[in-house]
Amino acid sequence: MDFGFIFSSALGELFSPTTAAYALAALGLAVHFGYSGLLNFGQAGFMAVGAYGFAISTLSFDAPFFLALIISVLCSVLFAFILGIPTLRLRADYLAIVTIAAAEIVRYVVTTNQLTSVTGSANGLAAFENTFYAMNPFPEGSYMGMNNRDFFIRVVAWGLVIVCCVLVWLLMRSPWGRVLKGIREDENAVRSLGKNVYAYKMQALIIGGVLGALAGMIFTLPRGAVQPSNYGTELTFFLWTCLLLGGMATVLGPVIGAMIFWVVLSLTQSLLYGLIESGVITWLTTVQAGQLRYILVGVALMLLMIFRPQGVFGNKKELAFA
Amino acid sequence: MTVRTGCNGAAGTTPTVEVSILRSTLRDPSMRRSKGLQRVVGALFAALITALLIAAPSAQATTPSPSPSPTTFQNNISGFLRDDARAPIPGVKIKATGNGFEGEATSGANGAWSIGVPVQGTYTIELDTSTLPEGIKLADGQDNPRDVTFSQTSNLSVIFAFGKGIVVQQQDFGQNLLNRLVAGLSFGLLLALAAVGLSLIFGTTGLTNFAHGEMVTLGAVLVFMFNAFGLPFWLAILLALVGGGLFGYVQDAGLWRPLRKRGSGLVPMMIVSIGLALAIRYVIQFFFGGATQQLPGAQSSEIQIGPVSISPNNLWSLIISAVVIALIGIVLLKTRLGKATRAVADNPALAAASGIDVDSVIRIVWIVGGVLASLGGILWAYYRPGVTFDMGSQILLLIFAGVTLGGLGTVFGALIGSIVVGIFVELTTVFGLPADLKYVGALFIMIVVLLFRPQGILGRRERVG
Amino acid sequence: MSETNEQNTSNSDNADNIDYMTDSRPIAVGENTPGCKKRDPIVVAEDVTRSFGGINAVDVEYLEIPRHKITALIGPNGAGKTTLFNLLTGFDTPNTGKWQFEGSSLAGVSSYKVARMGMVRTFQLTKVMGKLTVMENMRLGAAEQPGERLSKALFKGLWGGREKEITAQANVLLEKFKLDAKKDDYAASLSGGQRKLLEMARSLMVKPKLVMLDEPMAGVNPALTQSLLDHIKNLKAEGMTVLFVEHDMNMVRHIADWVVVMAEGKVVAEGPPGEVMKNPAVIDAYLGAHHDVDLGDAEGIKVLEAELEADEESVVGTEDAGILSEIVETKKEDGQ
Repeated sequence: MDFGFIFSSALGELFSPTTAAYALAALGLAVHFGYSGLLNFGQAGFMAVGAYGFAISTLSFDAPFFLALIISVLCSVLFAFILGIPTLRLRADYLAIVTIAAAEIVRYVVTTNQLTSVTGSANGLAAFENTFYAMNPFPEGSYMGMNNRDFFIRVVAWGLVIVCCVLVWLLMRSPWGRVLKGIREDENAVRSLGKNVYAYKMQALIIGGVLGALAGMIFTLPRGAVQPSNYGTELTFFLWTCLLLGGMATVLGPVIGAMIFWVVLSLTQSLLYGLIESGVITWLTTVQAGQLRYILVGVALMLLMIFRPQGVFGNKKELAFA
Repeated sequence: MTVRTGCNGAAGTTPTVEVSILRSTLRDPSMRRSKGLQRVVGALFAALITALLIAAPSAQATTPSPSPSPTTFQNNISGFLRDDARAPIPGVKIKATGNGFEGEATSGANGAWSIGVPVQGTYTIELDTSTLPEGIKLADGQDNPRDVTFSQTSNLSVIFAFGKGIVVQQQDFGQNLLNRLVAGLSFGLLLALAAVGLSLIFGTTGLTNFAHGEMVTLGAVLVFMFNAFGLPFWLAILLALVGGGLFGYVQDAGLWRPLRKRGSGLVPMMIVSIGLALAIRYVIQFFFGGATQQLPGAQSSEIQIGPVSISPNNLWSLIISAVVIALIGIVLLKTRLGKATRAVADNPALAAASGIDVDSVIRIVWIVGGVLASLGGILWAYYRPGVTFDMGSQILLLIFAGVTLGGLGTVFGALIGSIVVGIFVELTTVFGLPADLKYVGALFIMIVVLLFRPQGILGRRERVG
Repeated sequence: MSETNEQNTSNSDNADNIDYMTDSRPIAVGENTPGCKKRDPIVVAEDVTRSFGGINAVDVEYLEIPRHKITALIGPNGAGKTTLFNLLTGFDTPNTGKWQFEGSSLAGVSSYKVARMGMVRTFQLTKVMGKLTVMENMRLGAAEQPGERLSKALFKGLWGGREKEITAQANVLLEKFKLDAKKDDYAASLSGGQRKLLEMARSLMVKPKLVMLDEPMAGVNPALTQSLLDHIKNLKAEGMTVLFVEHDMNMVRHIADWVVVMAEGKVVAEGPPGEVMKNPAVIDAYLGAHHDVDLGDAEGIKVLEAELEADEESVVGTEDAGILSEIVETKKEDGQ
């Protein structure tokens, strides 16, 4: 068993584009839940809207990169409106059920055979990333052990994460963020002070949703393919685990949470595979080892919520609920 | 065979879980609560991990994977041949011509066929109707041969829809509507079994339990497991129901009650239930595998009752769920226990003050909820038909839709909401919505109802915060 | 009606030279009957009803709240006081009726707009943001902070100046309410009484015209009640109108200029405190059908009596003492 390889691949996960995508989407959840108290269980839906919005506008309408990007962001804004209008006046658990249902509706719609010519049905879409890589300023060569494409997507992905973190931080220290935090604790009190709670919640839902859509694009670009099966409810629950790992009412929490999530997953996975291949563990197949990760995530989510809801680094005093 | 070994592990650990819970509940009540909770939760997870370690399955857990392409070409045209009862049609020849290429394939045992082609473009696909089994022919309006074109992807799916010969084809709209209505009622009632449990739990504890889908799965998986052990069918079902009730009890005693005692908020508990759902779903997959299995007698041909044609399984399902729900209704309305349950759902503090043992009511609600979910799962396994590790989570949202439609926390609302959802799901196909979008209609209608009547059909307006 | 309007204008003409603390012109026009017209009303409600499951929680035929006065809304439990509050401020929708604030109709106006118009309320169960600091709670109350718009939130230059003004305003108020030492603490660390004070101070950040306090004295440490009462009186001095719900008649008669009594959703009496408390309808409402009036035990009344007698503004011990002395008498007899 090559421990060097196992650790280096785990460390590689630290800055992989997928980790960046998870960090962005979890940051969106932090805006939703951590700062505004909105229970969004449909972040995977926002990611799917972002990914498909980009892929379809590129493939079906030959849109240039930035136009496709804007279309995809606008789609997620629209999606947030559709979700928010019926539910933001209702109790929190209604939003939870509606968002998870809406995310599933998105997944069913892109999977249906009726729309195969547009969405590619269950097989999804591919070969839409060229407009992105065409902008690659790095000439071919090796950058820290990566080719120029891998390096480019990492630079863009993490650049985006940093920009979004700064923006969210700026927003949350502003009076606007203060109103949101007020709403998280008691929306009637905020209402009694003359703030339009509904509008604030909608704005928060849209901002978190746009972050989710951007995450969807970052998630899908390095793969060069988007498939509906990647955007199931499990994805949302992984994002919640990231959020809870890092601490939900912090800007860096979701980022650190996503890093911990992927490093731990990668470590356990490669250690288990290594042990199975070297014959130390005989009672597990590699397939089952793959399923163990889901069990681990589920158990981690429960334990975190029960024993350390403020996250690994969070401050319990700032916790939105107790 | 492989599944059986896996299940052995699970059966072996159940007592461990039970014992640790009994011990922790019998312990001195003055013990510090969070310590107690840690121990209980710890014991649960220890049991879980032991279960995983003891298990020595070489399970060929088949996660669903795309069917392998038989050719070396990068692009292929493929599809599944299934009749309108979703049964695969093997041995049918299909030919593709175009771009100076000609290829042929025969559908396999699972109905799958695939033709590799050198370049993307337009091809003419022809299905050799002479190779179709007797009684099956292409449905009306299905072009054969037809031209198909690749769009952006390397795989092109072609769907041939089949009707079961002349009888089905001539079935008029009204006939079809009636059949779907009855099927929808049957589906709605099985949803209601799970929904009533979910609603009772929500009403008495406030918990929106995302792990309810796994309670549904468990019922079907247990029947399959006990049946694979060679137990008689009726005993397998009985044991599965007992197992479902036990699972409800264990969940409450081991997790939810300690959390309630600790004063956990409803939102954190909801998130805990998501973690639990994820963990249980994949523990089931760990032992059960990713494949679809069938319960005994899952395949049945439809029978004609008056103007309605229905499969005997659906008919049984309809009768069983209707009877069980009627029983639940009688218990809730007429018995002391039912009144106590409604009192707790209405106002737990007041109920406790008027001498009702709230904890034991909630315990019974969990057990009943577990049994009902198990029963729903068994019926769902016959309705689909098939048992998979994620069958419960597939209908979880429909159950939620039913509960929300009827009004969160109202038992009779859940019943009506579920029937509406069940019928709606079945009827959408009659009115032209593609079959793979039939759940979308139900979820969509839930969102629309929330827009106009947020409290649901039977909910009280004041409940909405 | 026209007469009222005339009075209105004449009042606003010489508004500057009236000291609201000593203004002793009559509040009502004519008799002090339930639903009587006021010389200068700020809120007018007409036919406002709200029923829950067939029971009329609120059924107010006509009610005017006088401007620049402290009006107390009293009544036994379940009289519909808080529901009326919710209806007036847009937190609940009545089944029928119309009501207006400073001449503009409030029917169908959402609660945040009501607050922006200058009608700000507090809650029976104090609502402070426990996870925000006391200062942040105060700043949250401020109106016209451009940084609360998403479009400007990112640029501190656009809202930093206003934030300084707000902070200064908040500091003044916190000092007045003796919360300045706590301003950087999380509000969750405050005591119940301090939370009531914070909630009241926060509502003043909105610069309201009408302050509606829902049971401001409930659960407040007796040591703090006096300062709370002073604060309420000061609101009037600063030109605000106060409407408050209270259970405790002693507090009411101590500070209120006008008392509205509700029972079973209806207004059963109104008038100056001394007069109202002699009203048989009120005594019925409080002591007849409902014995749950919260006047404490005989012991508590004695203590309060002593306290109030020492207070020069109190009517206790004077000939205006009215129903209070009667109640004290009965309680004393009961106790022995």
